[in-house]
Amino acid sequence: MFDLTGKCALVTGASGGIGAEIARALHGAGATVGLSGTRVEPLEALAAELGGRAHVLACNLSAPDEVEALVKRAAEAMGAVDVLVNNAGITRDGLAMRMSDDDWQAVIDVNLTAAFRLCRAAIRGMMKARWGRIVNISSVVGQTGNAGQVNYAASKAGLVGLSKSLAAEVASRGITVNCVAPGFIETAMTDKLNETQRAGILGAVPAGRMGTPAEIAAAVLYLASAEAGYVTGATLHVNGGMAMV
Amino acid sequence: MSDIAERVKKIVVEHLGVEAEKVTENASFIDDLGADSLDTVELVMAFEEEFGIEIPDDAAETIQTFGDAVSFISKAA
Repeated sequence: MFDLTGKCALVTGASGGIGAEIARALHGAGATVGLSGTRVEPLEALAAELGGRAHVLACNLSAPDEVEALVKRAAEAMGAVDVLVNNAGITRDGLAMRMSDDDWQAVIDVNLTAAFRLCRAAIRGMMKARWGRIVNISSVVGQTGNAGQVNYAASKAGLVGLSKSLAAEVASRGITVNCVAPGFIETAMTDKLNETQRAGILGAVPAGRMGTPAEIAAAVLYLASAEAGYVTGATLHVNGGMAMV
Repeated sequence: MSDIAERVKKIVVEHLGVEAEKVTENASFIDDLGADSLDTVELVMAFEEEFGIEIPDDAAETIQTFGDAVSFISKAA
């Protein structure tokens, strides 16, 4: 089950905790992976760890030109882009009353606009191939909202609307578009929380623990698989019961 | 039939899976050849690739029939 042998997957934000684990899972299922991110060093390290079938594709998602070129570069490096995982995301938290236009726009640009541009570029090849999988990494806060994150929550909710609309457009061509919405996951970001913050968060999670990047990667692997061919426009929530939607 | 018309016809036949004789001057992609809106986008993209041209969206909307496509491309290519 979930064999991606012969498939080529582009993963953005592959230098981060969740992105790297997604790349490992897809690679482990036999896919060739394109590792995209802004920081080359961790990407090189991940490519070395994976051995073959891994290509480093550095890209700054804030730069429209680089975004437009990324899918083409990935297709040239790997031969195709059969699976696209829009995982890259940034935060610029702050209360709405104090949020600058720059902080709003930067988050929308990277989390939502870049994802759209990559989808638009990737479906060209997928339409021809009559097969494709797009998985956009949303967030529980896209559904629930979160004080201090109007920009981030808007971008993550935006991905859900984008995915449903695109799913409707391309479903007849064997292309599925879905979201995975993580809750609180153990990453470098959550490592910075103090004990009180952790306790507060865990109090809201019925599972009583944070999730692992591998648990997000498993959801992505499923949605990227042939077996998930009839699942499209869906959001798979992986949050330990924190929001049951 | 011109070389351009032959190449356009080949793309239409391959893409829409229709018989070549159905692809006539006035054949509408949507009404006569069974294309949906996504097919028309794909056809335009295929024409752009084949002929190395750019077909803007407002021009693409005017390309409804095989004849429309051939005459537009003949002018643009």
